[in-house]
Amino acid sequence: MDTAITVNEVRKHYGKVQALQGLNLTIERGEFFGLLGPNGAGKSTLINIIAGLVRADDGRVAVLGHDVVNDYRRARAELGVVPQELVFDPFFTVREVLRIQAGYFGLGKENEAWLDELIDALDLTDKADSNMRSLSGGMKRRVLIAQALVHQPKVLVLDEPTAGVDVELRQTLWQFVRRLHREGMTIVLTTHYLEEAELLCDRIAIIDHGVLIALDSKRALLGKVTGARSRLSVTLAAPLTAVPAALTEMLKQQDGARLEFHLDKHHDSIMAVLDALRAAGGEVVDLQTEEADLEDIFVQLTKRGRP
Amino acid sequence: MNLRGLNTLLYKELLRFYKVWLQTLLAPIITALLYFLVFAHALEEHVQVYDGVSYTAFLIPGLIMMSIIQNAFANSSSSLIQSKITGNIVFVLLSPLSYLEFYLAFLLAAMVRGIAVGIGVCVVAVAFVELPVHSVTVLLAFALLGSAVLGSLGIIAGIWAEKFDQLAGFQNFVVLPLSFLSGVFYSIHSLPPFWQGVSHFNPFFYMIDGFRYGFFGVSDVNPWRSLGVTAVSFAVLGAITLFLLKRGYKLRH
Repeated sequence: MDTAITVNEVRKHYGKVQALQGLNLTIERGEFFGLLGPNGAGKSTLINIIAGLVRADDGRVAVLGHDVVNDYRRARAELGVVPQELVFDPFFTVREVLRIQAGYFGLGKENEAWLDELIDALDLTDKADSNMRSLSGGMKRRVLIAQALVHQPKVLVLDEPTAGVDVELRQTLWQFVRRLHREGMTIVLTTHYLEEAELLCDRIAIIDHGVLIALDSKRALLGKVTGARSRLSVTLAAPLTAVPAALTEMLKQQDGARLEFHLDKHHDSIMAVLDALRAAGGEVVDLQTEEADLEDIFVQLTKRGRP
Repeated sequence: MNLRGLNTLLYKELLRFYKVWLQTLLAPIITALLYFLVFAHALEEHVQVYDGVSYTAFLIPGLIMMSIIQNAFANSSSSLIQSKITGNIVFVLLSPLSYLEFYLAFLLAAMVRGIAVGIGVCVVAVAFVELPVHSVTVLLAFALLGSAVLGSLGIIAGIWAEKFDQLAGFQNFVVLPLSFLSGVFYSIHSLPPFWQGVSHFNPFFYMIDGFRYGFFGVSDVNPWRSLGVTAVSFAVLGAITLFLLKRGYKLRH
């Protein structure tokens, strides 16, 4: 079985709102997969359906080939989910929480060594016997990750895991998740921090209004979208009296002698811009280029996707 | 059946109320004791319900059963509503536990708490008055079935309620009146005929009357009838609870 998650024609509505409109998606085993989309796009609904927390109106979802409704025991045994909200049970200590969570999956004392490893890897050793109420937000987030991993799932879903998390914890978290990925775990990440998805994910899906509007490798996504731009900032020795007509469409900003152009990577060349500027009497004293990033693609696609 | 999963959820539910035993065990025992002291002191000289049974002795089985059923309800309903509102119910819902395992764990924990409080009330009360035991089997049957009925009702209320005040409404407008008007403090034979008739529609009356039979061998109605009504109540509420859990009503949206 090479497919970690299969989402087939999944539909879900809440009242008159269509949260998911016949979504199809396949996530391969061993992938680091990014699921992006603006607020209300349907990401959390999809994750909750995969996790069995929400029931789809129609369609089928399987984790490692196990249907999440008809074969939910095996599907859930293969899946770990780190919820978006910082939820915790205030009655128990960290170790109790992890033991209880492992127990739900039918695991007992034989799993203690793994729990110790998790506690150590997530830097929770000093807090293992502390009540959950006494932990900081960052520590609670670490416990949530440990809880998702107590049964050593093959697929890990992280729903906005770094929302409100400080930089240090974010780094620790990504080091740990990268280690899990290197060891063969399939990772599915939703995040609002596009640079995280750009840095970590092999493939990215973008959802908007419950519809899949892009699904490709990060490189292909950055390269193939029509109008994928690079930015070119040029500083001239003196302001031009008039910008050449050939450049006016590309010019996005002019601040005295500083000009910013957005170039279509498929049609426009930096050299042509510089030549046109020189021909108009401009003397280039400095230039900077910046490649299009995922944010550009995201903004462009989600804007275009809107009715 | 994921027996280890079921045992773990049961253990978690037991640990949850044990960790706050002052509120979940001691407080209801003190409350029942206060009822006992006030009513026994006020009415001991004025009321005799059964021949050869003092009012104080008559009162104790009703108070024990009232404590059992109220605490069984409180345990499952409060645990569920807290888990739903704080969001930590997600940890159980993400696990491979079936709806039946979920039900059994919450039910058994509710029964344990109800019966633990009942035993506490009994131990304290017998220090004040001698209590005969007619049939241990009857006492056990009503304690187990009564706590199971209210444990199931607590799960239904916990699933249905979305806010604490909705649950408080359920407790104050359903559970409390039905338990107070069930013959805890009086025999229904002391009521006018109309209210005697109404009492026969209250399943709590049968639980308390049957439980009292276990002590004195005397009751307002035939104990087999009481056992039948209690068992049917459990079967109906158990079936409704399992139906709701299987559908994921208000849990898996």
